[in-house]
Amino acid sequence: MTAPKWAGRRLPQQQPGQPSPSRPRRVQPRRGRTRGNAWADAVLVLIGACFLLPLLWLVFGSVDPAAGHGTRVPQQPGLDNFAAVLTPELLFRPLWNSLLLSAGTGTVTLAAAVLAAYPLSRYQSRFNKPFLYGILFGTCLPVTAIMVPVYGLFVQLHLLDSLPATVLFLAATSLPMAIWMTRNFMDAVPLALEEAAWVDGASRLAALRSIVLPLMRPGLGVVFIFVFIQAWGNFFVPFVLLLSEGRQPAAVSIFSFFGQHGAVAYGQLAAFSILYSVPVLALYVFVARGSGNSLALAGAVRG
Amino acid sequence: MAAHHRTRQLLRYLPVLPAVLLLLVFLAGPVLWAFHASLTNAGLTGRNARNPQWVGLENYQRLLEDPVFPLSLALTVLFVAGSAVLGQNVLGLALAVLMRRARPIVSATVGTAVVAAWVLPEIVAAFAAYAFFSRDGTLNQLLGRFGAGETDWLYTVPMAAVILANVWRGTAFSMLVYRAALNGVPAELTEAAHMDGAGAWQRLAFITLPVIRGSIATNLMLVTLQTLAVFTLIWVMTAGGPANGSTTLPVLAYQEAFKFGDIGYGTAVASVLILIGAVFGAAYLRLLSEQKP
Repeated sequence: MTAPKWAGRRLPQQQPGQPSPSRPRRVQPRRGRTRGNAWADAVLVLIGACFLLPLLWLVFGSVDPAAGHGTRVPQQPGLDNFAAVLTPELLFRPLWNSLLLSAGTGTVTLAAAVLAAYPLSRYQSRFNKPFLYGILFGTCLPVTAIMVPVYGLFVQLHLLDSLPATVLFLAATSLPMAIWMTRNFMDAVPLALEEAAWVDGASRLAALRSIVLPLMRPGLGVVFIFVFIQAWGNFFVPFVLLLSEGRQPAAVSIFSFFGQHGAVAYGQLAAFSILYSVPVLALYVFVARGSGNSLALAGAVRG
Repeated sequence: MAAHHRTRQLLRYLPVLPAVLLLLVFLAGPVLWAFHASLTNAGLTGRNARNPQWVGLENYQRLLEDPVFPLSLALTVLFVAGSAVLGQNVLGLALAVLMRRARPIVSATVGTAVVAAWVLPEIVAAFAAYAFFSRDGTLNQLLGRFGAGETDWLYTVPMAAVILANVWRGTAFSMLVYRAALNGVPAELTEAAHMDGAGAWQRLAFITLPVIRGSIATNLMLVTLQTLAVFTLIWVMTAGGPANGSTTLPVLAYQEAFKFGDIGYGTAVASVLILIGAVFGAAYLRLLSEQKP
């Protein structure tokens, strides 16, 4: 690289044989940077608009009693759509089922993950590495591919249309990632703190409960919320495994807006979608604000 | 004494048991069951549901003769390459790089928009994408402003529509991975290159990308595996149609098993998909252990 190329740009006043720096030349580097910023801003805003565009339909459609496929500013905006879906059959029961499904999955996953993570984090053994990599391999299996065999398995075990069995299956699919994340969070809790508790006569279990878990609380919260969000948004698993209307979560019951005769209540569909999405959006914001985003990714992607 | 030690060792690992049981029954079990059922003529209803017969490799033979299977395999490759390897990966990296240069308020707002599409429940995202691409949907409204004729995107170019929809849906993951990765690039490195006169593109190509190549490889693997399993988006938008024009392997497995009631044939398709996932999974593990000797 030749020196004058950058020297001329950054330090114009030191170039010999050049006219003394005028004002516009002195601000040139800064202007160059703001121009770069403005360019990046413009491209980002454009991409962001493309990402928002499909969501606009949901927002406008939900307050437009005459909504269709298209996006338009409602002529007579109103909350009619929301009022129409606020019934036990259409909204509350499906959301309650979603809550049972997601909270159940989160609880089972977290309990099993904490138990499994403890020996993996605290004992040195030849067993740890193959187990962890075997588990990671499990996260790689395409879950949609095993839905056909899982259906077959559930038929044979007479577990079809059972909420607890569906919870256990969802927990199994989210367990590998949860164990990895939990173990990484547990590794971050110094062993010395635990040892101090043992010296005071606490058992391993008591030390885990009173020392390790409280210190891991933010991490455990992240794991629980991530599993919860995944279960809440899952469509395919309850769609295949839960058959009776009374047990179906919101992800599946959304099809009730598709009438028997091909008529679709788009406005109500949009209103329902928003009410169904708000809880996970709120949870996500809650986690992301505590920099949980990088936290979770660090826990998940870090080897 | 040694036996005592071994018992202690085993007892220590007792807490792993619930997780292992769950994984064996609900993950390993179905996978093994899939390989077994794909060798039978198991049906969804009727006689073949109660008493499936062993048919050997017949389902796989049918698979090879069925013209839909190679088509479906090719569409799956196209879907993964187009929406994950190219779309999400490149767009995610571009977003992460741009966000470091843009004003914080802009990058935070755009980041929220991108992540929103990813956090939404998949069925809601699928409906939004369906409405966007449908005949009287938002895309045609926009193009209509510029005088373009109405195209039914979901019928004329179903693969392009589902690929774009999946880019919209999944780019946030790559963006978050790359934002974290770029934060880990030492500032001195890029500054030194800047001092030496390297332009922005040169710094990206010769400094930043080589430094984060581990994250790139990891991200490529993860988005490939995630995209391989996409079902809901395609099923809601096109249901695999028209004329199998967007039937990727997960959709094909579902159709054969549940629409046509042929569990045996459906699990044969699923087994192929599981094997593809296993190959990528093994490659991913290899990659991880190389990164961390």
